[in-house]
Amino acid sequence: MTSTSILDQLKRNKIHDLLEKGERFDGRRLDEPRPLTIETGIIPKADGSARVRLGDTEVVTGVKIQPDKPFPDMGDKGIFICTAEILPLAHPTAEPGPPGEDVIELARVVDRGIRESGMIDLSQLVLQKDKSVIGIFADNSVTDHDGNLFDACAYASTAAILSCKIPKWEMKDDVPTLVEGQKSSPPITTIPVSITMARIGDHIIVDPNADEWACMDARITITTNSNGSICALQKGGDDGFTVEQLFKCSELAISIGAKIRKQIEQARG
Amino acid sequence: MGGRESDLVLLDENGIRCDGRRVDETRKISIKAGVLKNANGSAYIEFGDNKILAGVFGPRDVHPKHMADTDTGILRCRYHMSPFSVGERKNPAPSRREIEIGKVIKEALRPAVMLEKFPRTAVDVFVEVLQADGGTRCAALDAASVALADAGIPMRDMVSACAAGKVADTIILDVNNEEDQAGQADMPMGYMPNLKKITLLQLDGVLTPDEFKKCVETGIEGCKLVYEIQKQALKDKFFANGGE
Repeated sequence: MTSTSILDQLKRNKIHDLLEKGERFDGRRLDEPRPLTIETGIIPKADGSARVRLGDTEVVTGVKIQPDKPFPDMGDKGIFICTAEILPLAHPTAEPGPPGEDVIELARVVDRGIRESGMIDLSQLVLQKDKSVIGIFADNSVTDHDGNLFDACAYASTAAILSCKIPKWEMKDDVPTLVEGQKSSPPITTIPVSITMARIGDHIIVDPNADEWACMDARITITTNSNGSICALQKGGDDGFTVEQLFKCSELAISIGAKIRKQIEQARG
Repeated sequence: MGGRESDLVLLDENGIRCDGRRVDETRKISIKAGVLKNANGSAYIEFGDNKILAGVFGPRDVHPKHMADTDTGILRCRYHMSPFSVGERKNPAPSRREIEIGKVIKEALRPAVMLEKFPRTAVDVFVEVLQADGGTRCAALDAASVALADAGIPMRDMVSACAAGKVADTIILDVNNEEDQAGQADMPMGYMPNLKKITLLQLDGVLTPDEFKKCVETGIEGCKLVYEIQKQALKDKFFANGGE
């Protein structure tokens, strides 16, 4: 991430030493994510919203829903777009300006997890085939950065989508026209949950915080759906994983993802 | 996702795919090292209908200077698609997709390159997709890896890449464009064949845990096939008799 601080060598050594004993700097188990809190409906002007805190990482996500043109080759599907921004108030090193490659990757990984899971049945969001569809826009604003923005943004987006209400439009003279007072729940098919893990030496840790993020060798984000299948995956960082480490990560993503899914499900409005 | 609806038969009753391949077969791959005069190292790959050039410069001075690292060299990678590389003209400005792919290719190569030998310098990898036909990031990574070796930059291993995926409920090797569009899953992989480490891994699409494991194993077999072709490309460049 752009905005992780330079970690001093003492802390880095301490993290490594503790991991050798199977411990973490903040007292968590290796496979233990930080405490997660999810509030929904916090932005009434948005069609859906959520504030997620994952340890000291905080994300506010708003969902806006509006008619749009479909993508050229997907005239029979609504559109879903997910963006992310690290706000300058989130970290001393975060700066305003066009997104860097880390933020672009963040937004694309969060988008891919939700899109590839098929969470939203986009075929139910068509107003007129090839002409007009409903667009769902999930915009993530990182307000406090303590590492693992991937999962925090993914949980916030998912919760905001679950809590949203879709306004009703009807085509009148080829123009989508809002029908006041009629809102429906979104067509949800599954709930994707991403789990991001870091490899530090031979150790795999779940939900790395900013200090751990700064000294990891490699990371992987694995998204699973409600059936426990894997629907999206992204490896990152300057080193790799052995096959055994990878399979361990996939098992962790399934088992820990199931627990977090229960918590996110409560966001459903 | 169940894949997009189409009339295309992705896998027929004899286990033959839409382009005539078996499930465990890659497209035709050819790599040539040292194709550019000015770059310190270069490679050209044809991976099915993908045609991709990779050029490497460095280790060299870092500009802007603040990017330099006093402890190690840095690796930078630009992945770019030519406007004429796809069906409809692509806007030449770098898209978010291209920026992300440049990043994952850089991170896939990073563990193989011994940058710590060259502090305060940069190694720049430029990838140009002249024609795209599905699986460009893997083909680009294959070419970039050969180009780095061609530049004589010390490396721990080659990085070989190939995708695996799922069409018609079957795990297949090397997903082509049609299979990517209409199939159920696409999983590009980069692998260091001697160090046995996965350095690039992405997935679009749904796989059960068992399918995922099969997919990883299939992808690694593909990477090993590519590795042999990469080695041969370097032998052809550096030995007049192709290393025999």
